[in-house]
Amino acid sequence: MTAHGATGGETSAAIRDRVLARNEMRSLRIPMAIMIALALGAPFVVYPVFLMKMLCWALFACAFNLLIGYVGLLSFGHALFFGGAGYLAAHAAKVWGLPFELAVLTGTATAALLGLAVGWLAIRRQGIYFAMITLALAQMFYFFCLRAPFTGGEDGIQAVPRGKLLGLLSLESDLTMYFVVLAIFLFGFFFIFRVVHSPFGQVLKAVRENEPRAVSLGYKSDQYKLIAFVLSAALAGLAGGTKSIVFHLASLTDVHWGTSGEVILMVLLGGLGTVFGPIVGALVIVCVESYLAQLGGWVTVVQGALFVVCVLSFRRGIIGELSRVLHRPL
Amino acid sequence: MITFLGVPIQALFSQLLVGLINGSFYALLSLGLAIIFGLLNVINFCHGAMYMLGALLAWLMLEHLGIGYWPALIISPMMVGLFGMVIERTMIKRIAGLDPLYGLLLTFGLALIIQGVARNYFGVSGEPYEIPPQLTGGKNLGFMFLPNYRAWVVLVSVLICALTWFVTERTRLGSYLRAATENPLLVQAFGINVPQLITVTYGLGVGLAALAGVMAAPIYRVNPLMGADLIIVVFAVVVIGGMGSILGSIVTGFGLGVVEGLTKVYYPEASNTVVFVIMAIVLLVKPAGLFGRTT
Repeated sequence: MTAHGATGGETSAAIRDRVLARNEMRSLRIPMAIMIALALGAPFVVYPVFLMKMLCWALFACAFNLLIGYVGLLSFGHALFFGGAGYLAAHAAKVWGLPFELAVLTGTATAALLGLAVGWLAIRRQGIYFAMITLALAQMFYFFCLRAPFTGGEDGIQAVPRGKLLGLLSLESDLTMYFVVLAIFLFGFFFIFRVVHSPFGQVLKAVRENEPRAVSLGYKSDQYKLIAFVLSAALAGLAGGTKSIVFHLASLTDVHWGTSGEVILMVLLGGLGTVFGPIVGALVIVCVESYLAQLGGWVTVVQGALFVVCVLSFRRGIIGELSRVLHRPL
Repeated sequence: MITFLGVPIQALFSQLLVGLINGSFYALLSLGLAIIFGLLNVINFCHGAMYMLGALLAWLMLEHLGIGYWPALIISPMMVGLFGMVIERTMIKRIAGLDPLYGLLLTFGLALIIQGVARNYFGVSGEPYEIPPQLTGGKNLGFMFLPNYRAWVVLVSVLICALTWFVTERTRLGSYLRAATENPLLVQAFGINVPQLITVTYGLGVGLAALAGVMAAPIYRVNPLMGADLIIVVFAVVVIGGMGSILGSIVTGFGLGVVEGLTKVYYPEASNTVVFVIMAIVLLVKPAGLFGRTT
């Protein structure tokens, strides 16, 4: 990660970039404080299980945004990591009897390995092909989960125990569980924030903006893409593993292409490449879906319509537009 | 009973036929995708929804208007083609020049809308569609029983593929098409109405998908989600073949259908995934695809 292109001392441009990055971080302090305050107070007002659903999806969306927003790679198969980790975490907690933290870690590690395999194959092609390859590999995994004995087929893995955190703290109380999920979410969120604002993140952006030029400057763009892909997959797995244990259930829905589409919609609606966009997008979509649940099949139509509207006339997304109006990065 | 590698030869041939039928649909759909991508630089995610729409329209016409298979074979693709042209003019046109990923997302949204609406009105169980009386029955070839309708589908698909190849490679319209794929600005400078050409191409592409849908209606049940999983397999077919050549799409489509059919005979558990496995292998060995020119 120290592969700086500059020779010797820092150039004035590099110094300017660092000052800008520091200013950006500083200007984000207030919205971050607001976000954390809201998250700490929310479970006393809103049903914690609903909030946990939002947090898991928000982390998933942030992980996805790391890839599309900062590397410019559209993966249409992220359900593979989200749902795959969900199955493994649920299996670890229920069948192997691992405690909460190890079960979630098992899921995360599985997602990272799957990410390594899928990413290694998919980065061989670019742009639109990358999206089609990830979609196809995720569909292959879906059929695998449908058949594999340990996933329980159509039933999924049910009655997954939440267990105890570090063997001490029982997680059966929703409020306790909420704060654990919040801690996981914040870890993921700040981890991504740190990655994006590191020299490594700068190279990722360079690859997104102009890959041939990044390559000509000596950066091995494929390696950077693969590392970003694995990170994104692992964090999506962290979200998926947590979700399956919180909700006592790992099911086929989470590995279906519909889930991949949903996370894309969240990030698109919130704002591609923004810090808070994926979170806002996830909150909006989870709310919309639960309010429209009684409409049954129309939820898909609403999702489709949101896609069309976002692509045609709202490409910056909610946070993107807000940040344009306020003249500050969000 | 004659067997081949431990499998009764009749089972082998009937699965090969099923494979050829699936291959016909893969070929027709990937052909349309390739033509659309060439000119619009958009991967048409709603291609599967258009295929479903073709079948659904045929069923609706039969059920409510008494219009049978033969007129539906013409009317349904035309209606879907017109619908596609409207979509191209009102929506896809507006994102021309943007990152092609937006085209994928837009058409994905359209697919969700079309499939969602269809599902709300027709449910997910699906409706059967009768084989037209002229094509019922079949022939006993000695080594297998060949249903007439299935033979007809393979025959028509091959003819349509050949016709598409002929139009793009040997006619004036096709030469405009290929030229506009290479350099639309220059073609426009020669006085050819490229925006119109794009609209017509999109209409033709989705029309092909609808035609495949009508032909599929008597074989599979007419179901609002019949195109949703198919399109993902077709994407894999397109990745394997590469979208550079028309002939490549056709060969890859039929070839993978047959491979899938054979897998059903020898290792049924993998029949759903074999195309994706082949895709992974092709990516390892020849990342640009079997017939691809560039990545």
